[in-house]
Amino acid sequence: MVNKPKITISTSPFLHDQVTTPKIMWELAYTLIPILLAAVYYFGLSALLISLSCIAGCLVTEYYLGKRGPLGSPLRDGSALVTGLLLALTLPPGFPLWMAFVGGVVAIGMGKVIWGGLGQNVFNPALVGRAFLQAAFPTAITTWEPPDGRYWGVRGTNLAMPFYQGEPVDALSTATPLSEMKFSHEPTELADLLLGNISGSLGETCALLLLLAGLYLAFRRIINWRIPVAILATVALFSGIVYLLAPDRYPSPGFMVLAGGLLLGTVYMATDPVSSPLTPKGIWIFGIGIGLLVVLIRIWGGLPEGVMYAILLMNAATPLINRFARTRVYGY
Amino acid sequence: MTGSNQNALKDKLLTFRHGVHPEEYKELSNHQRIERMPFVEEYTLPLLQHIGAPSKPLVHKGQYVRRGGLIAEAGAYVSVALHAPVDGTVTDVGLYGHPNGQMLPAIKIRTDPFSTQQLDQPAQRQPEELAKAEFIEAIQRAGIVGLGGAAFPAHVKFNLSENQLCRYLMLNGCECEPFLTCDHRVMVEYAEELIDGTRILQHFIQAEKVYIAIEANKPDAVITLRAAAAKAGFPVEIIPLQVKYPQGAEKMMISAILGKEVPAGKLPIDVGVLVSNVGSIVALSQYFRQSQPLIERVITVTGPAVRRPANVLVPLGTPMRSLVEFCGGITGEAARILLGGPMMGIVQKSLDTPVVKGTSGILVLTEREVQDIDTFSCIRCGRCLEACPLFLNPARLGLLARKGLWEDMEDNNALDCFECGACSYVCPSAIPLVQSIKVGKSMIRERKPK
Repeated sequence: MVNKPKITISTSPFLHDQVTTPKIMWELAYTLIPILLAAVYYFGLSALLISLSCIAGCLVTEYYLGKRGPLGSPLRDGSALVTGLLLALTLPPGFPLWMAFVGGVVAIGMGKVIWGGLGQNVFNPALVGRAFLQAAFPTAITTWEPPDGRYWGVRGTNLAMPFYQGEPVDALSTATPLSEMKFSHEPTELADLLLGNISGSLGETCALLLLLAGLYLAFRRIINWRIPVAILATVALFSGIVYLLAPDRYPSPGFMVLAGGLLLGTVYMATDPVSSPLTPKGIWIFGIGIGLLVVLIRIWGGLPEGVMYAILLMNAATPLINRFARTRVYGY
Repeated sequence: MTGSNQNALKDKLLTFRHGVHPEEYKELSNHQRIERMPFVEEYTLPLLQHIGAPSKPLVHKGQYVRRGGLIAEAGAYVSVALHAPVDGTVTDVGLYGHPNGQMLPAIKIRTDPFSTQQLDQPAQRQPEELAKAEFIEAIQRAGIVGLGGAAFPAHVKFNLSENQLCRYLMLNGCECEPFLTCDHRVMVEYAEELIDGTRILQHFIQAEKVYIAIEANKPDAVITLRAAAAKAGFPVEIIPLQVKYPQGAEKMMISAILGKEVPAGKLPIDVGVLVSNVGSIVALSQYFRQSQPLIERVITVTGPAVRRPANVLVPLGTPMRSLVEFCGGITGEAARILLGGPMMGIVQKSLDTPVVKGTSGILVLTEREVQDIDTFSCIRCGRCLEACPLFLNPARLGLLARKGLWEDMEDNNALDCFECGACSYVCPSAIPLVQSIKVGKSMIRERKPK
């Protein structure tokens, strides 16, 4: 031996799988790119600006408040980026940028950091951010501007100043497919729901892309396939029964699955591993719970949309589910 | 698996649920024929090379011993005899470094440089003429233990009581640990002895069915053993299993072949299965047919930091340093020296300990394989749950261990864990899960009233 090797003592195993937590987060982020591009295609530069604002809010908060690991910046796990992007995709196209930034700050600050950082939070951080925005800025977050084909146009409301009480916002607000259904019983064509040429939040309109992203992520085992299957099957089944009872009053199951934020929430938020249960049994309970709540809120609740609250409520139930839904251990 | 391998094993392969697929690294040594290690000057034979009580030395300093001659007898029922690996002189009976890290009593023998080292032991009575009790005693006298790594005395395992019914005799040739190829080479090169040893054991066990389980990455072993069994006219089913870790754990093998679970706290025999490593069965044949007790074993010396990876037939007591030097020595890139495979192997701080009965491999890794991955918080992705072959919840166990909640760990079945390490292998946040479960298990055991 020429140079004496440095032998380290530790315990087995000494091999490790290639998949790491940052790789999972980055792969999630990559699948959001087509969805973001679709949002830009339908809603123009506004979509991009809102996304950047949310991401900036998230990254700044994580950087200054997040836990500094022994190996450096708290941003290194990539999760803050995903949170920012997801939050942006739940916002309407005319949303003021400063509010989007604040939403990002709250998503990471209240949704993650105060719980103890990555892995400790009970609720999905992006949805915490959105719930805050919904409570703080109820008008802005329900002002739905339709896709208008102006790629380079920035909506005037995007640039609203903080806390400026001026003229009533001169925005052309339309109804989303869900509110049209709820308040005027007018269903939207399923083809439009699939392709996304409808009004709604940035990332929820193009159902087709979301379905593809979900399939890809489930196939790559980045998300647990049981969650989307449980949610979508429950929504389809439950709303199908309701639809059969009174087809003229209630939406079809196909509409229920494709419209609104269900697919976005199902693929990217309910599947957040941190805030969903660990065991297969628990995951089924969680998914079915979300499906039931979504249909309950959408059909009998006061709001046209219920995905956010459904997921947050089941997030709250997750510690309990984890405690009781145990795995069946080998040999018992 | 390459295309040609798949053709040899067309049937759908059996396996257990869950598990992981680490890179195999078998190609470093799986085509290397077994080489015989030349005799060295000195051998150190620890009296404890098996599970149970240490052997009792029968020799004194200065005594001349013959290769294969008894130098220590079984110290209790759960204990085995020990034999000299060479003709030579006992130079000491004292405390020496053991691969388990402790200083333990051992017999030191200086090799007789003028001896031919021919094995010259009296012929054994053939097993067919023995009563069962005599057979069991003979195995204990032969010093045979499980050569898969645990080194549990074979006679204890084979000594079934009247109410223990063995329906299936299952020989374990899975060798699911990456890198290791000694069982593979033994099955290919000692196929006749393996079938013969199986026949001897079956004579006493009278199982309804005999299986040899082999992971499908060893198609030559499957083919060779099938041919050897056909030639011997001995009914044994050679079953290729899916390549998956830890397929070679006996519970997983039983799940794969029989679809049965061994109830918690029970042994395979409680579901009618007797499992043995293939190497031990070869040793059985060699003892009865060639009068050679367990004085040598096949060891894989491998890893990217070993200059000439090889499978070596090594006399017990050989210093590991000599063995590694026989394989060209280690390169400057060496970062970890392990006894056993990379998933369950034990780190060695030096090569100054001897080869013992339970040594299946010496593995020298570089930083490339063992690179420390950044540790992150648990994101509860559930990959460890889908890896654990026992359906435990390693994420929860790891968390409980970190909080020191030992009772809760016990309540979450920590004691069932057999420490295969699949959970730590898959954890994307590189959390030392199995390591914390090991700590938890010892804390639970310590706090239990004896």
